[in-house]
Amino acid sequence: MAHFKKANSLNEWMDQRLGVNTLKKVMQSEYWIPKDINFLWAMGMVLAATFGILVVSGIFLLMYYIPDTKLAFDSVNYITMTEVGYGWLWRHVHGIGASLVFLIIYIHMFTGIYYGSYKRGRELIWLSGMLLFVLFSAEAFSGYMLPWGQMSYWAGMVITNLFEGFSPDFAGGALNSPALVEWIRGDYVPDQAFLGRFFMLHVFLMPLMIIGVIVLHFGTLRLPHVNNQEGADIDFDEAAALWKAGNKKESKVIPFSPVFLSKDVFVLGVYFILFFYLVFYNFSFAMDPVNFDPADGLKTPAHIYPEWYFLWSYEILRPFSKDLGLLAFIFAQGIFFALPFLDRSPNVAPAGRRGLFNIWFWILLIDCIILTFMGKLPPEGIWNVIGFWAAITFFALWIALPIITMLEKKK
Amino acid sequence: MRELKIFAVVAIFSGILYYGVEPFAHGQMHKHVDSNGLVYDGKADIAEASKDKKEAKTKFWAEVAEIAKLKGDVAAGEGGYAMCMGCHMDGIPNMGGVVPPSLEHAGAIYDKNYLIALVKDPAMASNVDHKYADTMMHPMGSVGSMFPTPQSIADVVAYLQAKKAGDVTPKVAYEEACMRCHANRYGKLTHLGTAPVTKSNIMTGYDVEGMKFKQKVAEEQALVAAYMGKLPPDLSIIYRARSHHFLETLIENPQGQLAGTAMPRVGLNQNGMDKVMKYLQETGDPSKPKREALGPWVIGFFVIFTILAYLWKQAHWRDLH
Ligand code: HEC
Ligand code: HEC
Ligand code: HEM
Repeated sequence: MAHFKKANSLNEWMDQRLGVNTLKKVMQSEYWIPKDINFLWAMGMVLAATFGILVVSGIFLLMYYIPDTKLAFDSVNYITMTEVGYGWLWRHVHGIGASLVFLIIYIHMFTGIYYGSYKRGRELIWLSGMLLFVLFSAEAFSGYMLPWGQMSYWAGMVITNLFEGFSPDFAGGALNSPALVEWIRGDYVPDQAFLGRFFMLHVFLMPLMIIGVIVLHFGTLRLPHVNNQEGADIDFDEAAALWKAGNKKESKVIPFSPVFLSKDVFVLGVYFILFFYLVFYNFSFAMDPVNFDPADGLKTPAHIYPEWYFLWSYEILRPFSKDLGLLAFIFAQGIFFALPFLDRSPNVAPAGRRGLFNIWFWILLIDCIILTFMGKLPPEGIWNVIGFWAAITFFALWIALPIITMLEKKK
Repeated sequence: MRELKIFAVVAIFSGILYYGVEPFAHGQMHKHVDSNGLVYDGKADIAEASKDKKEAKTKFWAEVAEIAKLKGDVAAGEGGYAMCMGCHMDGIPNMGGVVPPSLEHAGAIYDKNYLIALVKDPAMASNVDHKYADTMMHPMGSVGSMFPTPQSIADVVAYLQAKKAGDVTPKVAYEEACMRCHANRYGKLTHLGTAPVTKSNIMTGYDVEGMKFKQKVAEEQALVAAYMGKLPPDLSIIYRARSHHFLETLIENPQGQLAGTAMPRVGLNQNGMDKVMKYLQETGDPSKPKREALGPWVIGFFVIFTILAYLWKQAHWRDLH
């Protein structure tokens, strides 16, 4: 057993047993952040805070939610919204949080793409981040099932149908599996078994995995450090030494806490003003009206569409035949994972200084927004045509990526 | 400055995104139906009618307009009202599919022209004549023969407007205008009104009286469903499921929003409409007043929080450059 001296303060006592001083250094006072960054680097903390809000508001909702197809709808819409003090507040906070978390994730991702923060040692940051994106998607989808409204039911039906795979004529039917759909649903159609398992996923397994992967994501950041506005390759040891010697102006880095944190907290403040404005005055974009009609397996809603953050990938699937659409969908889901390996240029620099890549970046962003619009509009006439070409553009962009980045001059 | 520029780019793209998936997409998805300003002149009915019906409808609404010009005699109308009560009195059971509603506030919640049309020919007035080979078959259809002259119609409507026009609460307006077809469980309303307070037997745990009432409601629902072709939806939370404008135009002319629907027009006037909408909002979105009371405080808190955070940040960042 290690030798323990008598501690003279609580801090010392804790330090002996938990190494809190080392921990503080590693994670806060000597976790060096480049000075040359902007507020976009606070998005990670905004995400962490939003996740925290989702967990807390979720716990309050969970106290009254009843995972029973006959009672679920009224348990949220009546009990929580009417009978529980401030239940409506928790529900709106949870709804807005779930929607905004995706807006921030997308901003965070596109920031990473713009500044090339997925290369030169930062590949795992990107991959763990993408893993978080997938887990958040699953979390959002499973949560959407819980109120058991019309959209819960029909979105659940449409999305689980995807697991039927390719049509029986495709590859001799080897990839056709209606049985898989039934296995996922636990029934022929979404019903009690379905609601029960999505409830479990939403309140237990997904959050647990998300917490784990957030820790991993933070871990992957520690050694490569975050990138900076110029993509400069900083010698962190040298810069840290300067800071410690008191040369704050010359040093290229700042400690995470309190210097960077103070800025994070300011950005969080601005974000919360927007957040609560939406909670109180403009929430219907995050709580779809159609889902305030109770689930009815006999009445298909006039328009079935997913929440806004899934629209772009939904639209990639929609203009094509069943098999092609599924292929396209799988491609769209997976391709962002491959970004660090498809970008063949060694340059880590803001897209603005990378020539063709700059064009690629802005087209990708605009294309994703167009896909998002088309995913919600009824699939007819001109919208269909635009959607089709936006989907084709999406594929073309990813095929072009290795080529244009190979042509890029080394800086 | 650079940060502000970047912020502007992020804000613009987020704004475009919001515009596209919300106002724009919803504008494209739902057809826009104009309100007729709660004027019941049959304009939409005639426009939508098939060729063979156009003429009859034009004639019908022209006659209604003529009757509206007559001066009704309230005292004479009282005798006519007694005939209405043959069907509309308290405690009357289901008649041809629904329980005839109370007329206690008919003069306060329904439009004058609509009432005239209704007494003349209920199926035509509520724009469901396509359901009947002979509009006399409407459950209230025989009323026309009881009021054969234009003057008798003008009289009974004048009576309603003079004597049945007291103040009405949102809940009562809903009970009289919608409840016979639409329950509202968050407002604790069934098709037969508010459930009576009953107790369970302590020894068995069963509430026999309550169960009997539930059975009556279930039987009533079966009759309404048979009459309408389906059970009209419970409207507890419809206020969040549809827009305010949709609800108002649906009530004014259901055929305009849901072509071919079994729901009859409910010819509310402005007062009736406001009251019914208020009730729907009370049961469907009860937190609105609470949101409005709390919102400024929470947002104010975060404004102060942000200012303090900014000062803290400045204290650390001031001498970095
Ligand atoms: C033969 C029985 C009968 C008579 C007589 C009768 N009603 Fe009705 N009334 C009904 C029934 C049944 C309904 C419900 C019809 C429905 O919902 O489809 C009704 C509905 C109504 C409504 C609601 C209409 C709406 O659009 O929501 C009003 C108002 C009304 N009656 C007024 C009157 C007046 C005024 C008289 C006398 C001039 C009268 N009724 C006479 C049976 C009758
Ligand atoms: C005589 C029966 C009857 C009366 C009275 C009635 N409704 Fe309806 N209502 C229906 C029926 C039937 C439907 C179903 C229509 C359909 O699905 O086509 C319906 C549907 C609705 C809907 C849903 C429409 C949709 O988009 O699915 C709303 C909202 C509604 N009614 C509101 C009202 C209000 C408010 C009142 C009172 C002012 C009222 N109704 C009075 C029969 C009635
Ligand atoms: C809820 C989910 C997430 C949380 C809580 C989170 C949190 C964080 C935090 C705290 C940082 C450091 C600060 C910053 O640079 O913003 C960070 C960096 C980063 N994250 Fe995430 N993140 C999440 C999702 C994602 C996703 C979906 C991706 C993209 C696939 C991603 C990719 C990155 C990258 C590339 C960086 C490094 C940025 C740089 O070096 O400049 N993250 N994340």
